[in-house]
Amino acid sequence: MKVDKETIRKIAHLARLEFEEKGEEAIYHDFNKILDWMDKLNKVNTDNVEPLIHMSAEVNVLREDVVNNSLKHEEALSVAPKKDSDYFRVPKFLG
Amino acid sequence: MKTYNSLNEIKLDIGKGLTSCKKLTGQYLSNIKQKAHLNVFLEVYEQEALKRAEEVDAKIAAGKAGKLAGMVIGLKDVLCHKDHGLQGSSKILDGFVSKFNGTAIQRLIDEDAIIIGRQNCDEFAMGSSNENSAFGNVLNEIDNTRVPGGSSGGSAVAVQADLCLASLGSDTGGSVRQPAAFCGIVGLKPTYSRISRYGLIAYASSFDTIGIITKNVDDAALLLEIIAGKDDYDSTVSQQPVPAYTKNLSFSKKAKIGYLKESIESEGVSKTIRENTKKVIDVLIKEGHTVEPFEFPLLEYILPAYYILTTAEASSNLSRYDGVKYGYRSKNTKDLETMYKKTRSEGFGKEVKRRIMLGTFVLSAGFYDAYYTKAQKVRRLIKEETEKILSEYDFLVIPTTPTTAFKIGENTSDPLAMYLADLFTVQANLSGIPAISIPNGKDAQGLPIGLQIMTKAFGEQDLLAFSKYVLEKI
Repeated sequence: MKVDKETIRKIAHLARLEFEEKGEEAIYHDFNKILDWMDKLNKVNTDNVEPLIHMSAEVNVLREDVVNNSLKHEEALSVAPKKDSDYFRVPKFLG
Repeated sequence: MKTYNSLNEIKLDIGKGLTSCKKLTGQYLSNIKQKAHLNVFLEVYEQEALKRAEEVDAKIAAGKAGKLAGMVIGLKDVLCHKDHGLQGSSKILDGFVSKFNGTAIQRLIDEDAIIIGRQNCDEFAMGSSNENSAFGNVLNEIDNTRVPGGSSGGSAVAVQADLCLASLGSDTGGSVRQPAAFCGIVGLKPTYSRISRYGLIAYASSFDTIGIITKNVDDAALLLEIIAGKDDYDSTVSQQPVPAYTKNLSFSKKAKIGYLKESIESEGVSKTIRENTKKVIDVLIKEGHTVEPFEFPLLEYILPAYYILTTAEASSNLSRYDGVKYGYRSKNTKDLETMYKKTRSEGFGKEVKRRIMLGTFVLSAGFYDAYYTKAQKVRRLIKEETEKILSEYDFLVIPTTPTTAFKIGENTSDPLAMYLADLFTVQANLSGIPAISIPNGKDAQGLPIGLQIMTKAFGEQDLLAFSKYVLEKI
């Protein structure tokens, strides 16, 4: 599998990352090398094999619905880079 | 100054009045200062640890001390410790302070462990050499030009260099076992779901386990006994009762042991490592155990499957670092989208970005089935094949790593060469089984070699007892 730079740019946008020209070149190079290596898996016959999704054997572990461990409002806000007394602040995004 | 190699030794000396928690903590603090060049600790809690040591000494005097009284421990910078900094060795969590204790950490504190500081690691636990930290390389104490392994590099060197008695790290693909091997100490990755992940920074959630780094098996058993078990804050953690591992550490059975044929025949594994592994096999045969080679035809698919799945999970887990709720936010923002992009591009390091990109790709429309679903299927085959082999053998022995500690910078230009360092450790994470690395001699340059032992899921009791037995015999 080969990907082009346009695909790299699309993936970067989806991941909310951006790369300068040099960084993009490096990612492009590594990407294709790593994907070639990952393509090895196509040699494994997986017909009729179900994908393995959950690693824990536990099913529906429930506890009493008691309120606890709540993070106080001011504690949750305390490490935010930008905030007012009630909310996280972000740049304006609605006209 | 005396170097202690186990909690039992410490307890005996405290009992005889030869040392105290306060003296001991002072010793470790002075070692940390003296060996600051190793770059192990991101933060040291000097005053707090000394104060806590006094409190634990008072408890010991009153006969009310917990099971970990006398243990000075360090935490990899991925574990939540209330009111203490935490940033996964990443710039993107600059200034973050944890608002709660992870379950494992709370249990350490409840048993009177003294937490001395938080330890350098690869950024968000992604790496095999500790060269991906935003805070610089950690040096291997045995040879300062070499890496300590990773990602729990700081946690391993802390124990190796006597900066604390034990460390908690995390193991997603070998991150406690590989550095333990490179540093000549013990690294335990328990069964997936044995320890609550509440308060562990998420990297790849279907692989992540908290891991234990110590100088001996007894201390690992004690720590596991204390931190494992069910937890209201993690619905995926196993509800199985936790055995009293420390009570049953003697091994007298005759075991059936398998070793990976390729690992002692392949040119890809360094000669001394092959020879030392063979020596263990010979000792085990001499002691009357049955030891046989096994083959694992899926070996070459282990790493590609692992990197597809872990990068996918990482891309999803690391989407939370967006500059809104905590940590770093770029100053170069015009609108919401540039805020996300600049923050993440400036805050994350190179390897983390590479993995987020790969993970986003394998999960993206059009490629999802060819990569992600395919890898999940291969994972099932690897897990089932591993379980089949473990239905025939009590234990599997295999070198922890194909080489001893490599030079700083040696593998940084080629990500695939770096990924190979995890060849033998990743199988346990793909399969969810427990595995331990124990010291197995040194190579001609004096660099430590690790022997890995694996067993069935939830077989920690036998794994620990057998490891202790092997350490006594070799």
